[in-house]
Amino acid sequence: MTFRIGPRTSQIIAHAVLLLMTAVMVIVLFFIIFYVLKNGVGQISLEFLTGKTREMGKEGGILPSIVGTVFITLVATIIATPLGVGSAVYLVEYTHTGPVRRLISFGADCLAGVPSIIFGLFGFIFFVIKMHLGWSILSGGLTLAVMILPTIIRTSEEAIKSVPHSYREISYSLGGGKLDTILRVVLPTALPGILTGIILGIGRAVGETAAVIFTAGSSLGMPTSVFSSTRTLAVHFYILAREGISMDKAYGTAAVLIIIILTINFIAYRLMHRFIARYY
Amino acid sequence: MVKISIRQLNLYYGSVQALKGIDLDVKSGEILAVIGPANSGKSSLLRVLNRLYEIEHARVTGEVLLDDASIFKLPINVLRRRVGIIFATPIVLPGSIRKNLSYGPKLQRRLSKTAAGELVQGALRSANLWDEVKDRLDESAARLSGGQQQRLCIARTLAMQPEVIMMDEPCSGLDPISTAKIEATMLELKKEYTFILVTNNTKQAARVSDRTAFFLLGDMIEIGKTQRLFTSPSDQRTDDYIRGKFG
Repeated sequence: MTFRIGPRTSQIIAHAVLLLMTAVMVIVLFFIIFYVLKNGVGQISLEFLTGKTREMGKEGGILPSIVGTVFITLVATIIATPLGVGSAVYLVEYTHTGPVRRLISFGADCLAGVPSIIFGLFGFIFFVIKMHLGWSILSGGLTLAVMILPTIIRTSEEAIKSVPHSYREISYSLGGGKLDTILRVVLPTALPGILTGIILGIGRAVGETAAVIFTAGSSLGMPTSVFSSTRTLAVHFYILAREGISMDKAYGTAAVLIIIILTINFIAYRLMHRFIARYY
Repeated sequence: MVKISIRQLNLYYGSVQALKGIDLDVKSGEILAVIGPANSGKSSLLRVLNRLYEIEHARVTGEVLLDDASIFKLPINVLRRRVGIIFATPIVLPGSIRKNLSYGPKLQRRLSKTAAGELVQGALRSANLWDEVKDRLDESAARLSGGQQQRLCIARTLAMQPEVIMMDEPCSGLDPISTAKIEATMLELKKEYTFILVTNNTKQAARVSDRTAFFLLGDMIEIGKTQRLFTSPSDQRTDDYIRGKFG
């Protein structure tokens, strides 16, 4: 006797399996966030957020690390965004599909998959030692910029490629030149996709430890310039937990880190929706 | 008076020849319909006249004169302002109705707010769209219906203050009412502009055009007064096409 599943049953099974997969995914994600926040939120106080770090992090706050994280991420984003978007525009609008473009895209994909510690090592040798920048926000930011560049290039490239060819044709037919077309039609249309890439990049930069520990150091003082060494939140958390200095403070730091990342994503999401509502 | 004069025009996409030695005069203030089956070179002809073929790396030989000056020597933005094109599918640019209309003019020159406003109103009135959209100029153009979007595209071309308007099957995706509105718009605008209308719809060509040219596989088979061409075509192939025997 053969056993057959009817089309209706198979639909139900497929639906159930996919639902289950999604549920597992969502539950794991929310559990991680919930667990960290549960253990960490209690640690967050005004003093924790605005105080100087004392006794290697056992006491006091994490303000220097918050400032350091913000500035390193800022440096990385400010450097990587124009470079990444610029290269993507060049690749899509100024080169024809051919071996050169495929090679560059392939290279970017490979770079995106390189473990961050390799970038850390590169940053240490190149920026810290060769360029005499020392352990500093600048070295860390430059290293992170190199690290997130492939992500920004590839997502921007896809976003620009997905702008319909007909938009460009309309712009040309209305007397627009190539640059007008790129600046006034292609980039605004691709902006949501480009922003997604930048946000992904920021997310990676904010949470990065390996690449930063080599290049920005782990000093606990309040950074005074881009040449100061600093300890980012992620590095601070890593050291607190690993050296067994204070699990409570480690969770507190992790909670702050998660809240910062959630906030960045939330703001970017809102901005993007406002933009889309205005333009589409 | 001759507006556009085409002499021995050939167009090649790689090794494929899309237009074969076309000789054609477009008269000032007429509606010239270009009919023919798929792959006849109708759209290619339009793409030569405002040099849009250049972005596809096609190659052209021959000469095209616009008011006795070679279009290949005009600055590209000047040519494309003077010779506007409307495509088969209405493509509105992302952004508001107002932004769509002022895109072209703003590339050419600085516009004060009032000047832009007047330009937008004038173009929309000429395209018979003003009454339908006057209260929502700053809303997204993508929310308009298909027929309205096509009239917006016409208004967008009119806002460039062109001399020649080329339409590439402008009604192919539209319902009969929208089509009628666009045809009425063309007949009104005929006083001020020269039209080249590419269409698959022979009835439309018969309804609105003064003269009709029949294209087949890159050759121009026949051209003449629309009424004459549709009643007593001089070439057997034209006759077959009009009677719907192929294409």
